[in-house]
Amino acid sequence: MNKQISIRRNCSSNSRLLIVIGLLSGVIGIMAFTVNYDNGSKVAEKKLLPSLKKDSVTSVKAFQQVYTVLMSARCMNCHPSGNVPLQGDDNHLHTMLPQRGIDGKGVYAMKCANCHQPTNTAGLHTPPGNPNWHLPPANMRMVFQGRTPRQLAKQLIDPKQNGHKDLKKLIAHADDGLVLAGWNPGEGRTLPPMSHAAFKKAWLTWLNTGAYAPAK
Amino acid sequence: MITLNINKKTYHIDADPETPLLWVLRDHVGLVGTKFGCGVAQCGACVVHLNGEAVRSCVTKLSRAEGKKVVTIEGLSEKNDHPLQKAWLELDVSQCGYCQAGQIMSAAVLLKENKNPTDQDINDAMAGNICRCGTYLRIREAIHLASELQRKGNGNS
Repeated sequence: MNKQISIRRNCSSNSRLLIVIGLLSGVIGIMAFTVNYDNGSKVAEKKLLPSLKKDSVTSVKAFQQVYTVLMSARCMNCHPSGNVPLQGDDNHLHTMLPQRGIDGKGVYAMKCANCHQPTNTAGLHTPPGNPNWHLPPANMRMVFQGRTPRQLAKQLIDPKQNGHKDLKKLIAHADDGLVLAGWNPGEGRTLPPMSHAAFKKAWLTWLNTGAYAPAK
Repeated sequence: MITLNINKKTYHIDADPETPLLWVLRDHVGLVGTKFGCGVAQCGACVVHLNGEAVRSCVTKLSRAEGKKVVTIEGLSEKNDHPLQKAWLELDVSQCGYCQAGQIMSAAVLLKENKNPTDQDINDAMAGNICRCGTYLRIREAIHLASELQRKGNGNS
């Protein structure tokens, strides 16, 4: 009898031990998960990448929206096919023919920031402003002008042509200061064809569903 | 009160930080060599140097110039003997003269960054400076001469 009780006690102790080990493992597991989840970049990634499910139809459809924005004057005028920026809704060459320069910030006495101030200058026909006003650099011209949707989509996801941007940087680029400046262009300038929020949604959808290029 | 360094002198300016630098130079400090042309950064008559860059003072706010070095045509050289000024006189570049301060200030940045500019370099650098008298060919010639003076050490740059 005593032996039986002793065995039961041992069994009971073993069970308790197992339960405690189980609980501890659970707590450690939860802690580990929490630490992992609290990692800033991973949280950001989870928020930015709600679904990395490939869907070519949705992706291409989203890019068609993105394309209308990128080809609007506010974006394309600083992504010219030549070395002179463009102006106006008709994308004419910038008056005074300022040159791109090596770093995209102009040359000699004709540097972008000589006229383009950190903020928009008040009034019609005055220089729009941004603290980082520039074209893409000479060794990575990131041309939009004249690109078909297919050409532009493929260019945008190629790090050798997009300024060495990976998916994470491409996602972040939607909120770049100069990109945002497109929606604050100064008096008298046409806005892109959709809001920045709608553009960002289309941009993220395109990227998160596989960044497919349209057929043409 | 905003403190400015203009032509190596310190000035305390009592003006709205949004005031164009050109207004401050001409109306507050009394340096009237820099001219008002278009007021919208289209002509280049108002070019001054801000930390060595050829900014258009008509659209540059006073607040942007705070803590930076401003150089106007009056401060380009101590005895009006910058190679560009010598070349300008030598070739009698000016006609009405209104745009010339801006032309010289822009050309000075070109020669600082490129000691031996080609015609194309000059065109690229000076395309934003308009001359209603059409002295462009003499301006180009004078820049070449100034470049030569500078290289020979005859200038005072």
